[in-house]
Amino acid sequence: MIGLNHFLILAGALFCIGMFGALSKRNAIAILMGIELMLNSVNINLVAFSRFVTPKVLTGQIFAIFVIVVAAAEVAVGLALIFAIYRNRVSVNVEDFDWLKW
Amino acid sequence: MNEVVFYILAAIIVIAGLLVVSLRNIVHSALFMVLAFIGVAGIYVMLGADFLASVQILVYAGAIAIFMVFGIMLTQRGNMQQTNLFSKQAGVTGVVSLGLFGLIVFLTSKTDWIKSTESINKDTIPTIADAMMSTYVVPFEVAALLLTVAMIGAIIIAKGVNKSQ
Repeated sequence: MIGLNHFLILAGALFCIGMFGALSKRNAIAILMGIELMLNSVNINLVAFSRFVTPKVLTGQIFAIFVIVVAAAEVAVGLALIFAIYRNRVSVNVEDFDWLKW
Repeated sequence: MNEVVFYILAAIIVIAGLLVVSLRNIVHSALFMVLAFIGVAGIYVMLGADFLASVQILVYAGAIAIFMVFGIMLTQRGNMQQTNLFSKQAGVTGVVSLGLFGLIVFLTSKTDWIKSTESINKDTIPTIADAMMSTYVVPFEVAALLLTVAMIGAIIIAKGVNKSQ
């Protein structure tokens, strides 16, 4: 029987995979991909709780729609920032962005 | 039957996620990310969120993934083979991620969640529409404003400033 715990563990696994990708990759676009995986895992959590705790009122799904909206806006601005940095430095390797290092 | 579908979808999502963060070619990573998004849409259908599954495929697999591929196209030059390498702290990050996953599994299995026994809501679109226009109308309008601001901001940041001004 697939219960709430199955979906929570799946969302936890996806979150940890996304966090690993966001913290350990060199390419800035790969870091954005990790962030998107984390946001998807949060959405799975929201919809699972909405289904198992309050099935009639779809608050979790509405919250998930807003998370998708914010994620789309964040990808747009993040990629615009990457383009701007690429124009100056001709690299998207985050180890090359060391202006602020001491 | 339900369990078979769940385990197949979970395997697709987890394996695609692992391939996204571990492959060395960033275009391959982007393609497996699309597979992960489609798997998540399947999980939404399993949870009875059919409208959200359509939104997920339209927005995530259809727009955000394409956005990423365009970003890759405009910021990588030459060979795509070694474009997505690990940084120096990949080992420590892996240990921390595994530790966090263990903590999540332990805590979620220890908590007894208060579950409801009502039947699920089968007409999701009228319920979501009613709630969006009545209870959540302010976040709805703010989200529209956020999208407009993000679009204008992204255009200005990506266009750059003319140095002669």
